[in-house]
Amino acid sequence: MKACVTAFCVSVTLIVCATVASQDAPPAAKRDKESVYGEIDKAPEKARAKRNPFEQNAEAVTAGKILFEQRCAECHGEAALGGKKAPSLRAIEVQGASPGAIFWILTNGVVRRGMPVWSKLPEPQRWQLVTYIKSLGTAPSETADDLTKKP
Amino acid sequence: MSASHSRLLSTFVFLLLALLLPARARSQESPYLVTYDHYLEEPGNLEIEYFSTFGTQHGGNDFHAPWIELEYGATAWWTTEFYLDGQTTFNDSTLFTGFRWENRFRPLKREHFINPVIYVEYAKLSGADKIMKEVEGHDVASDFAEPNSLLRQETKHEMEFKLLLSSTYKGWNFAENTLAAKNLSNQPWEFGYALGASRPLQLAASSKRCNLCRQNFVAGVEMYGGLGDRHSFGLRDTSQYLAPVAAWNLPSGWTFRVSPGFGLNDNSHGFLLRWGLSYEINGFGEMVGHLFGRGR
Repeated sequence: MKACVTAFCVSVTLIVCATVASQDAPPAAKRDKESVYGEIDKAPEKARAKRNPFEQNAEAVTAGKILFEQRCAECHGEAALGGKKAPSLRAIEVQGASPGAIFWILTNGVVRRGMPVWSKLPEPQRWQLVTYIKSLGTAPSETADDLTKKP
Repeated sequence: MSASHSRLLSTFVFLLLALLLPARARSQESPYLVTYDHYLEEPGNLEIEYFSTFGTQHGGNDFHAPWIELEYGATAWWTTEFYLDGQTTFNDSTLFTGFRWENRFRPLKREHFINPVIYVEYAKLSGADKIMKEVEGHDVASDFAEPNSLLRQETKHEMEFKLLLSSTYKGWNFAENTLAAKNLSNQPWEFGYALGASRPLQLAASSKRCNLCRQNFVAGVEMYGGLGDRHSFGLRDTSQYLAPVAAWNLPSGWTFRVSPGFGLNDNSHGFLLRWGLSYEINGFGEMVGHLFGRGR
């Protein structure tokens, strides 16, 4: 029983330490002056040129919306307008990017900035997400300048 | 408290937790119970997992070895995990058998054809540990035949290192793990491996919200075993297993895994049944951060 209690205390301590350590990192925007959308520009030409097999597919938009709610909304917000942890996906930088570039970001993540790799989702699901994100369009009230200031 | 009251209370607590925990959560877990792929926990998320291994035993009593895992995504490149192990040997006793602390690090920023992850674990276990989270060295079934009173007298402090390699191609995941473990009390290095392949039953997501859609099920197979030690490397006097695996990822964040395993030689347990239930809590780090006054 004593060992059990000790082990539990150690586990709680470790998790708290790991949590606090990860929270210590300054917001991405402060860490790096360059636009948070800079990663999109790093997509190779071959990746950008990829065609979305679900383009203009209404069912893919619906499926992508469900996937977005399950996996992306927590960080990017319900309406994809961004949150404390991740930027808006309705910025001109995202909405103006090619579907292939968004797919590339989803596949590779932005690990150093905290966005996980999403290649664990099968390729068709990633394209369904791209279809949904592109269907959202640019948020009317936000300019590109405002959005680049967001973390 | 009678056994029936205790069961009723456990069921009530379980259901209460299921209702109280946030309804929306990510869940796209691999079906493997031994092999690791290269996907880490999403940053800030905590996954609470319960697993158990039931094993048949030649020349001894069958056993059931449950364990609990707390898996936390510290960053997008670092996942830390804490285990509590236990076991019940039928007609013998029930024991707490120790703890493990594992860390997985992703060294590369982007996805590649083969993706490496470095795994480092410290474990303090008694000799009675039977969860068989990995098979290493000359671990064989007959090691488990002794009564718990004898097995528990041994205490192991062990460091374990793994190289996890994993690829995803056309919906398939292929994972190859090699491990080297060192009992810190002057024992030789021991080696082992695990291989896995899995695929969701459907690659595209349904446009309807559903629990039973084929996309929520992942099936595959894993094979694992020991590779001897520094003095006698190879398959001789090792145990080897082949195990089909399946996972059911519910959109609510729950994942159920099951894996019947079969021993491939006389040194192995004839049959192992593993299963597990896990729940992922989104934004756990943020919740804890708020408790410590961060982010206000």
